[in-house]
Amino acid sequence: MTAVFEPSYEPSYESWDETRGAEIIAEHASQEGATLVILHALQEAFGYVPEAAIPMVAQALNLSRAEVHGVFTFYHDFRHKPAGRHVLKLCRAEACQAAGGDALAARAEAKLGISLGNTTADDRVTLEPIYCLGLCATAPSAMLDGRLIGRLDEKRIDALVAEAQR
Amino acid sequence: MNMRIFVSRDAGAVAVGADEVALALEAAAATRGIKVEIVRTGSRGMYWLEPLVEVATPQGRIAFGPVTETDVPSLLDALASNTPHLLRVGATDEIPWLKRQTRVTFARCGVIDPRSLDDYRAHGGYKGFERALSLGPDAILAEVTASGLRGRGGAGFPTGIKWKTVAQTKADRKFIVCNADEGDSGTFADRMIMEGDPFLVIEGMTISGITVGATKGYIYIRSEYPHAVEAMNAAIKAARRGGYLGDKIGGSAYSFDMEVRVGAGAYVCGEETSLLESLEGRRGLVRAKPPLPAHHGLFGKPTVINNVLSFAAIPFILAEGAKAYADFGTGRSRGTMPIQLAGNIRHGGLFETAFGVTLGELVDDIGGGTFTGRPVRAVQVGGPLGAYFPRALFDTPFDYEAFAARDGLIGHGGIVVFDDSVDMRRQARFAMEFCAIESCGKCTPCRIGSTRGVETIEKIIRGERVAENLALVEDLCNTMKFGSLCALGGFTPYPVLSALKHFREDFVPAPTTLQAAE
Repeated sequence: MTAVFEPSYEPSYESWDETRGAEIIAEHASQEGATLVILHALQEAFGYVPEAAIPMVAQALNLSRAEVHGVFTFYHDFRHKPAGRHVLKLCRAEACQAAGGDALAARAEAKLGISLGNTTADDRVTLEPIYCLGLCATAPSAMLDGRLIGRLDEKRIDALVAEAQR
Repeated sequence: MNMRIFVSRDAGAVAVGADEVALALEAAAATRGIKVEIVRTGSRGMYWLEPLVEVATPQGRIAFGPVTETDVPSLLDALASNTPHLLRVGATDEIPWLKRQTRVTFARCGVIDPRSLDDYRAHGGYKGFERALSLGPDAILAEVTASGLRGRGGAGFPTGIKWKTVAQTKADRKFIVCNADEGDSGTFADRMIMEGDPFLVIEGMTISGITVGATKGYIYIRSEYPHAVEAMNAAIKAARRGGYLGDKIGGSAYSFDMEVRVGAGAYVCGEETSLLESLEGRRGLVRAKPPLPAHHGLFGKPTVINNVLSFAAIPFILAEGAKAYADFGTGRSRGTMPIQLAGNIRHGGLFETAFGVTLGELVDDIGGGTFTGRPVRAVQVGGPLGAYFPRALFDTPFDYEAFAARDGLIGHGGIVVFDDSVDMRRQARFAMEFCAIESCGKCTPCRIGSTRGVETIEKIIRGERVAENLALVEDLCNTMKFGSLCALGGFTPYPVLSALKHFREDFVPAPTTLQAAE
């Protein structure tokens, strides 16, 4: 059987639960410099980092709440509320710009009726910019829920948007 | 008949359908009763041919590409009956694009199964490590120094000197940190090597640990690279099982282990001191230097922090000797550079070659110009902080000093090609915008200057007091250049000023527009 690596396609998340949150924090708290590791683990479980988890992380790591909040807000990846059911990330960096990415991003925005960085009113699709997926020789590129797509054209971006809306 | 077929599992190949092709091959083979063994390799780096399918023959591997799912049945039929197929490229090793390269770091990438420690060893893996063990720290340092290797992340600092500093600093603990936060647009060499030959990175870091007396390593990989994270984690596990990580590695007296840490979408964390802050679990705020990370790095301990490609160059240097490596290259740029051809380019991909090849050769000859078929107008070399070069500078040889002499940088070796539809005002504006989005906020010229830069360039785009605002942007760039701690604020002026200098016609509007604005 050929090995195919599928990073969390069609993600499903638990709803926030304090006991479960405490478990996750405890699991990683003994690592050196654990803050990002814990924030990643929380987001992987719940789809975002619930505000209630911040003081719990702070206590577990013997940090102030402000310090953990500072880390949480510094990094683009961490969400303070759940994303839409599907997350469509469009690469907006130079290599994709050179390959016609600007027009495709505008097309996706128009199809979804939202601008980059927003979620549709029905909570189905979150459309986000990403600065480089490292697929610069098969540009323009995108990522739908962890699945990579290169050599985007109008047809492919339309299909991706339609898939995300399902 | 048991056919061995190679299909890449590289993210760039997967993004254009390599998984589907591999699954289709398996299914089609089953229905035809053909026994196949599908090996998922890294990428050869010829992305215009991906998904590339290679078949083992007594004469070596034969390549087909780009293959889609629907091509698979006819391809298998052709292979089974030994008849020609439309997508046949020929013997992989004879493809001119590959044959012209000097593959030192990428020798195994696309060839071996990146999950297999045995395959790695069968292709010369851990030979550098074995020799390093027999040499001992001082002699390893001498080799690395003599190789002339300079940091491949972009700054080009001599690796031997960095390692020596850490080796000579006394401490209870030392660390090896691999910077795999490859955020520059147009670069993907780190990603390719982590996905295609991860043991090479582990071997390089291990040798570094032995040299400086560090027993723990971290590889900080950006979260945008989930495939690389998975590949490195799998390789680390395999290396531990094989006795190459952990206590008494390879039967020696040395101990070294490492783990993967994942970034969280902050470009600035590619800057080494910001990366160290992030590894420690803090905001990725840049640190002032000195103290150098070599003296006072991760958790305050002496730390070697190098780019993926720097560590990946080490095993060859140890296995084949410093001279073998230094014989490649030109001037003070020794060895080979994995160059990445990207953007609007016909033959995009990874081209590893000795320093000294000209920019024009890379773009026109090797890259084949644009895929849109329009003339090449501008290329950005070295990522979002690199300068835009016009055709007039295509005679620039690819080496650190030659690019610096023309107000550019080679950075991490990425070249992004733009055709004549590019509006350089927009590219200059984007450089400032990107800096504003990604600034860590520590230095005022970077944090605030970038936003003022966006606004001022927008005024120029609208045709408002163009001459005055152009002067203002140039002045602002100078402030950012000299008033920022790290390369984000300090180098954002490169793309902006190079756009202004070499593509002035885009910024100065036609006379009618000027009158309308005033």
